[in-house]
Amino acid sequence: METTESVDIKAAEKDAKAIERRNTFWVFFILGGLILISLIYAGVNIYYTYLVVYIWFGLAYGMMLQAGRFCMASASRDLFAAGVPRMAVGIMVALIFFSLVQAFLHATDMSTFHPAPFGIYLTLAGIVFGIGMVLAGGCASGTLYKVGEGNGTSMLGLFGICFGQALFVITPMNALVPQAWVQRSQEVIAAQGIPSEYLRAWFDYYLKGYISTKPIYHIAELDFIKNTFSGASRFFIGDALLNAIVPAVLLLVVIYAFYVRKGFIKKVRKKKGKSGLGDELRGFWGMITASKRTTLMGVLIGITAGLHIWVLAGMRHKFAVENFGQLLTKMGHAHDVALFGTVFDPGYWYITSQEAQFGAWVLEKLGIDMRHNIFFGVNNGIPELWRNPALWMSIGIILGAMVMSLINKEFKWKAPKGELIVFGLLGGFLMGMGSRPSLGCNVGAFFIRVAGGDPGGWMYFIGMAIGAFVGVKFFNWYTERKMAKQMEAFDL
Amino acid sequence: MALKFEKTGEGTYMLDVCGYVCPHPQIYTKKSLEKMAEGEIVEVYIDNPSSVETVEQMCNQAGHEILEKRTEGGKIIIKIEKG
Repeated sequence: METTESVDIKAAEKDAKAIERRNTFWVFFILGGLILISLIYAGVNIYYTYLVVYIWFGLAYGMMLQAGRFCMASASRDLFAAGVPRMAVGIMVALIFFSLVQAFLHATDMSTFHPAPFGIYLTLAGIVFGIGMVLAGGCASGTLYKVGEGNGTSMLGLFGICFGQALFVITPMNALVPQAWVQRSQEVIAAQGIPSEYLRAWFDYYLKGYISTKPIYHIAELDFIKNTFSGASRFFIGDALLNAIVPAVLLLVVIYAFYVRKGFIKKVRKKKGKSGLGDELRGFWGMITASKRTTLMGVLIGITAGLHIWVLAGMRHKFAVENFGQLLTKMGHAHDVALFGTVFDPGYWYITSQEAQFGAWVLEKLGIDMRHNIFFGVNNGIPELWRNPALWMSIGIILGAMVMSLINKEFKWKAPKGELIVFGLLGGFLMGMGSRPSLGCNVGAFFIRVAGGDPGGWMYFIGMAIGAFVGVKFFNWYTERKMAKQMEAFDL
Repeated sequence: MALKFEKTGEGTYMLDVCGYVCPHPQIYTKKSLEKMAEGEIVEVYIDNPSSVETVEQMCNQAGHEILEKRTEGGKIIIKIEKG
């Protein structure tokens, strides 16, 4: 005769098998769907294979982000709030590997990377983004992978990122624009042959009257580096070693000293009665390997991001174009592209601009003029969603994370409730507003730039760290109040 | 979704952070442990897998002992003794 306990165990096993079968079905459905979509694109026009590359690299990023729990918000938040460095370590490891791959691509002239103008604006935007990512519970890339896990708060965060950016760049606020920006903008657009109707909102003046005045630095191209290191070595020494590896290792040492060393050395001294340099090195290495999954995914993301650049450079070479907009124009979709025939086509891992395009596409359908501005009208265009290459990368990331979370039995629809609705939306809007002025987010403005030899990436990183610190302080205050209420009933 | 922190016995507590996503579960767990005395035990109910990994590492670094970790219908229950 079966006991109640054994009946319960059998029922639980049956449920687990049903979940596994359901998850397996959805994994095959998603992958089969993407294969079908890829074949349809390739069948309609061979040029669309360019877009298919973005889909599959997006899927790979999504799988790795989910598997490694890779998120810049987690990195700073876990470090500042819980003293846990695993994610921060994983991101630095990824950066080191990606910088080496980037240097190789530069050295072989297969890189699509371009540095951005350098200035304090990067740090200021990073602060806004940093506060936003802590509130929303995920950075730009983290939000996407968490959407793939069924996280409703992250869906609100994504909504905020899309529409926060789109609205931010068309908001007038022209009374706040300095006269010098206005004058400079008019000169620049006249020289570039841009009609004056594209200069309307504050962001247009910001881009043409402020950003265009900023210097652009690429470490490997600096005279000192070029004169000291000949040939391809300047990319490995200037871009990878000096701009990425040395600062990343220094940051790892700081993290070890402030967050890991005390506890580790205490344990060693308790056991052996003393500690030496060997113990310090073991402690440092232990920190690197504390979360093997995050570190391993960091390495894989770094390599994949490099491979992505290499493949897209190859596609551009094959089709003899520099931007997907040229292919869209050839296929007769001139309405998709910006003034000079380009669309947003970064050529590498990027997150936020395509989400701004999605927001703009929706707002345009609602009757708002989204094309007479510099950001969409002149630089990035507003392609139909199914012809937007970078947007497909974001969709791929969501689906990749969904596949991985289904395989790991971690997928769960989680509707946002209570204060999480406010945090998700507000955090998303702040991330949107913190990524547009810096021309990128934690991926485009930090990760890619630092690894590519652009020191401006560190300016954004400093801002993100400050913003995350402020966000964590807020959370500490908020959670302290909530816990105090819970503990009212008894003495603690 | 509602945060719950209850005393379940002498020196034992229950923290329910189901429905919450990062960073709430790990912050509430940290705050609970900060208030408790050494040797006291808390059972934390979480349904956000990435928070579980942070909580585990946080306990390891801070010297708290994870006595038990089990899954019950989508919830992960971690029993922690404050060290």
